Amino acid sequence: MNKFYIILKYSFITLWTVFIVAPFLWAVSTSFKDFQSVNSKVTYIPWLDFEPTLEGWKVLIKSPARGGVDIVEPYFNSIFVTCTASLISIVLGTLAAYALSRFTFKVGFVRNNDITFFFISQRIMPPIVLSIPFFIFLSTIGLLDSLIGLVVVYIVLLMPIAVWIMVDFFNRVPKELDETALIDGCNPYQAFYKVVLPNSIPGLIVAGMFCIIFGWIDFFFAFILTFTEVQLLPVKVVALNSSITPWWSLSASALVSVAPLIIVAFVVERYLSKGNLSGALK
Amino acid sequence: MNFRHKFVFLFPGLFVLIGILIFPIIFTIRLSLSGWNSYTPEMNFIGITNYIRLFTDDPRFWESFFRLSFLSVSTVVLQYIIGFALALMVWREIKFKRFFRVIFLIPMMTTPVIMTVIWRTFFHESLGPLNDLLGRVGVEPILWLSDPVIAKFTVIIVEVWQWTPFMFLLLLAGLLSLPKEPFLAAAIDGASSFRKFVYVTFPLMAPISIGAIIIRLIEASKIMDTVFVLTSGGPGTATETSSFYIYIKGLREFQMGYAATLSFTYLVIMIISLTIIAKVLTKLMIKE
Repeated sequence: MNKFYIILKYSFITLWTVFIVAPFLWAVSTSFKDFQSVNSKVTYIPWLDFEPTLEGWKVLIKSPARGGVDIVEPYFNSIFVTCTASLISIVLGTLAAYALSRFTFKVGFVRNNDITFFFISQRIMPPIVLSIPFFIFLSTIGLLDSLIGLVVVYIVLLMPIAVWIMVDFFNRVPKELDETALIDGCNPYQAFYKVVLPNSIPGLIVAGMFCIIFGWIDFFFAFILTFTEVQLLPVKVVALNSSITPWWSLSASALVSVAPLIIVAFVVERYLSKGNLSGALK
Repeated sequence: MNFRHKFVFLFPGLFVLIGILIFPIIFTIRLSLSGWNSYTPEMNFIGITNYIRLFTDDPRFWESFFRLSFLSVSTVVLQYIIGFALALMVWREIKFKRFFRVIFLIPMMTTPVIMTVIWRTFFHESLGPLNDLLGRVGVEPILWLSDPVIAKFTVIIVEVWQWTPFMFLLLLAGLLSLPKEPFLAAAIDGASSFRKFVYVTFPLMAPISIGAIIIRLIEASKIMDTVFVLTSGGPGTATETSSFYIYIKGLREFQMGYAATLSFTYLVIMIISLTIIAKVLTKLMIKE
């Protein structure tokens, strides 16, 4: 029984690992191919199955005029939009979460939980519902196809995440901490800034990581609200997809686009093992 | 503590969010009562004509809605089962524990549309590796993307690949935060691992499970990226979800007024059904 279970367990883990890794291996292999080795028959292993070339990777840094893809500008656009929106969401979300965790609000029938729920419930909003009015709204004020327009929209996507994680986190930071600071003569802002905030670094890091993940992987808003002036990474890569399937440059650009966040997986695992995430994600 | 301070903390976030959202919502409701399309791009008033059209003469929307329900519920159930199994397996000491944990997390860090682009080449019916490998063991080529039934399962496979890690993360974080005492008690009583799971682990995990399932259902109800790249809703309308249908009506055919009607109805249905699901799940899983 026990032995059977162990065999079952390891085969399941191995199988799942293969499933997860398969598309990455395929993409790596494809990125070194050329027209011949993609279109004649299915090939897998470089040198053995096909002669590898660097064409797919070289195209990434060439300008479009010379037949390249030019992924550099979308890359920086994506980084800018994700980081700016995450930063604003974290700052505003943390302040709001602190208020919701420490003070009691009572306006009519609205209590703390209702306000928290209001923040979090914004995630229910399907992107398509927002994108049509945003499309018209941003074009009226001339922010369609601009970075600022995107940042504004991304705040709606990310602030709920920041509030969700930080409310739970502050609930576990003992209240005595701020009370002592207040008795020592701090005003509430100093107590928050000097005492509570330094003790909330793990929570802030987790919230920040989640904001960055969900900002970086968004496609739909970027797809609808930008055209030519500003292009974000996912839109750029998907646009490649619709042309005549140069699979090698497609794979290379896809790998380059997903690479930075894979580092986040290591950070998340570290926090998980140290037990810091357990509370923050409940 | 001074009364006014709490508002200084809360209001910036609250007002920024309301400020960004209030216009789109009011605008959507107003737009849904207009006949705005590419011929008459103006905010006229046609009453509830759009709503009548939706409820009496648009089976395609309701079909796309049921398809969405099927896709999101089945992917979330699969993600929950697999995610829970994986979390249980790497919860306690096993070899290369941290390595497997990282591997299991990676898909959720990758951009869904971009990975779907890769999956599309993976599932390609003549040049993709999957049909080729299956062919080597004697399986006939499978029409992953052009058969109306199989295409749905292809979407499910990609969604499960993409989002099981999120479920895994939430459940593993939950498992790691469980108290030790109940497990000690069960061990002293000599309970088998199966009984330990049924009577200790699972009940303790119930609140966390509910939270994880609801979060995933909310996110899964927005399935759009995958479908958009993988099948574009096709073949025919076989994988078209509500969001995708609204997108076609609004931003391809420019029937903005009608698309707003669809959006608003869809949003109301989503809020009601997710609330009901949350209530039912809580009742089912937490027994006093």
